[in-house]
Amino acid sequence: MAKLIKNRTVIDDAWTTLFLAEGETATGVALPAGPLLVPLAVWQARRSELQGRGEALGVWLGPADDAAAIAPDLALFDVVAIHFPVFRDGRGYSTAALLRSRHGYRGELRAIGDVLRDQLHYMMRVGFDAFAIRADRSIEEALQSLGDFSEAYQASWNQPQPLFRRRAAQEAA
Amino acid sequence: MYKYDDVDRRLVKERVAQFRDQTRRYLAGELSEEEFRILRLQNGLYIQRHAPMFRIAVPYGLLSAQQLRTLASIARRYDKGYGHFTTRTNVQLNWPKLEDVPEMLAELADAEMHAIQTSGNCIRNTTVDPLAAVSASQVGDPRPWAEIIRQWSTFHPEFAYLPRKYKIAVSGGPDDGAGVRIHDQGFQLVRNEAGEFGFRVWAGGGLGRTPILGQVVREFLPWPHLLTYSEAILRVYNRYGRRDNPFKARIKILVKALGIVEFTRQVEEEWSHLKDGPATLTEAEVARISAHFTAPAYETLPAKDVQFEIARRDDKIFAKWVEHNVHAHKVPGYAAVTLSFKAPGQAPGDASSEQMEFVADLAERFGFGEVRVTQTQNLILPDVRLSDLYLLWIQAGGAGLTTPTVGLLSDITCCPGGDFCDLANARSIPIANALQQRFAEIAEIEDLGELKLNISGCMNACGHHHVGHIGILGVDKNDKEFYQVTLGGAWGVEASLGKVIGPSISAAEVPGAVQRIVEHYRNERRPGERFIDTYRRIGIDGFKARAYETIKAPSEDKEVVNG
Repeated sequence: MAKLIKNRTVIDDAWTTLFLAEGETATGVALPAGPLLVPLAVWQARRSELQGRGEALGVWLGPADDAAAIAPDLALFDVVAIHFPVFRDGRGYSTAALLRSRHGYRGELRAIGDVLRDQLHYMMRVGFDAFAIRADRSIEEALQSLGDFSEAYQASWNQPQPLFRRRAAQEAA
Repeated sequence: MYKYDDVDRRLVKERVAQFRDQTRRYLAGELSEEEFRILRLQNGLYIQRHAPMFRIAVPYGLLSAQQLRTLASIARRYDKGYGHFTTRTNVQLNWPKLEDVPEMLAELADAEMHAIQTSGNCIRNTTVDPLAAVSASQVGDPRPWAEIIRQWSTFHPEFAYLPRKYKIAVSGGPDDGAGVRIHDQGFQLVRNEAGEFGFRVWAGGGLGRTPILGQVVREFLPWPHLLTYSEAILRVYNRYGRRDNPFKARIKILVKALGIVEFTRQVEEEWSHLKDGPATLTEAEVARISAHFTAPAYETLPAKDVQFEIARRDDKIFAKWVEHNVHAHKVPGYAAVTLSFKAPGQAPGDASSEQMEFVADLAERFGFGEVRVTQTQNLILPDVRLSDLYLLWIQAGGAGLTTPTVGLLSDITCCPGGDFCDLANARSIPIANALQQRFAEIAEIEDLGELKLNISGCMNACGHHHVGHIGILGVDKNDKEFYQVTLGGAWGVEASLGKVIGPSISAAEVPGAVQRIVEHYRNERRPGERFIDTYRRIGIDGFKARAYETIKAPSEDKEVVNG
């Protein structure tokens, strides 16, 4: 079974991530059994079928997908994933920040695709709490990178108050 | 001058440790070329023609004497004993070894310096007016805001993998010494009608392959919203900026494609969610940062210094230097001084370790131990007593730093070009040197008056040729170096983009063409009229005709049209 970093621990990943292969369509693709992370297009085309399966529900967004497209459905999902086709495509960071801050998503937010240890720290800060590390890399080593920095200036999902406000509060106390 | 606190120090050290490990993994074959490329760029490290090039940040161009000594020492120990001040007020070393870079970063960290985000598709160093808090015309000091931006942009988790690089400028006032319109994002300090302090916000400017001047996104942004508004602009850019073509990935292309009205609408919509959020600045925070930039311990001095006036009257050469290289100071009895790194034969912006150490000494002897780097690749001593100017002039002159040409034709701004840079199509330093040689006569260039000449070795435009009154761009044709001349660019508050005069010319033809262009100006100008004003009044045609007068067969390339 594939492994996953979730809440800073390595766990077994029970989910299957569905990608549309060349020639496959959202309406035609076969849905494997078990908990399934489907592309946004499959969710949009087959939501009643997916909901009728009695399995946990998950969807993944590509870099160009708008977080707002799943905003009304967020309560239905056990997992939302964001796909990084290549690690240097940074759109997924904004998508994650929007899901957490604007749309109030509180469930598992998973990074999938070209997910590497040197980007994990930033990913964690914008709202990811689960990381499917690229299969050819060591997940244990990747886990260490979450401790690369002990502090941050900006407000972000895992630290909603920027440093200057926390410092001021501390000094006032 | 900003001093690190425990957190600043800790973060920079943690970054050094992180990069040390990344370099180790790369050398051990655990990171691919592409994976390491992105990481090393965000730590200032390019792979260049001869060796890696290492770019060290000089946040908003401000250096302490001690930091300058650290740069000198690093350049001597790990490089060939010199560095290059860039048009974005950073420092580049051209010959370091990759394996040494983590150690160099550790030494920089000890001097409260770093190379964080000096390259790569992220938020880069912020630019401010070189005469911040010196010039009387400023609305306010841009440096505290630039430091606030430095902290906020350092390791910003959402904006580390932007479509392309992102440069911010903050100008303290109406004369715009920072160049807000040629940056991806610009803030100009203003007061509104109610006397409240805020910013005029610009976006979508940039030079490079497609030069575009920034446009106003918001006429007045109250200061507490500096960061939330920046996040709104950056989020729109991060989500919708083009990623399919690196040449069309800067924010200026997005602003142009959407139009400023639609772009502004999207930014304002995004901001409506972020406004008044936790990133909203507080008076306490602005006061905390501003406390690092309070006025130094100026003495109470008369506005006029008798000895200085006598020296200026009696020593004509000194008077020339004062006229061009010394700038008015808002504090009576003081002046700011540009130390020129444009001596004939010198590569513009290059400084040896000895020169850096010498300038550090001068900064302590004739000021408060502070030096500023300018976008025109000189260094400024910001707080010199009028009574010290003569002695400073003599001492700096001994080190070749008093070439009295600031703002004149031979104060050339120039990228490293094909001698060093891997991106360059053509060399730029030899062109600068040839022009300095041609225009070595101070009386002649003084007669030409304010004239900004900029040279870039390729269309990435590090030499800012588009905003030079005369711009020179190196182009490659069939593996030969040629040069395209632009006229009519301008900088700052009167910013405009130069126009290409026609087909490119050979290196040997450049000095002659420039000579004829300025002769045409001399013939056509009205009394007291600057080059740029004559150009704007009479247009390009006459200049063009004169420029090509004796060039027999200009090369056959098509004009590259701006835009």
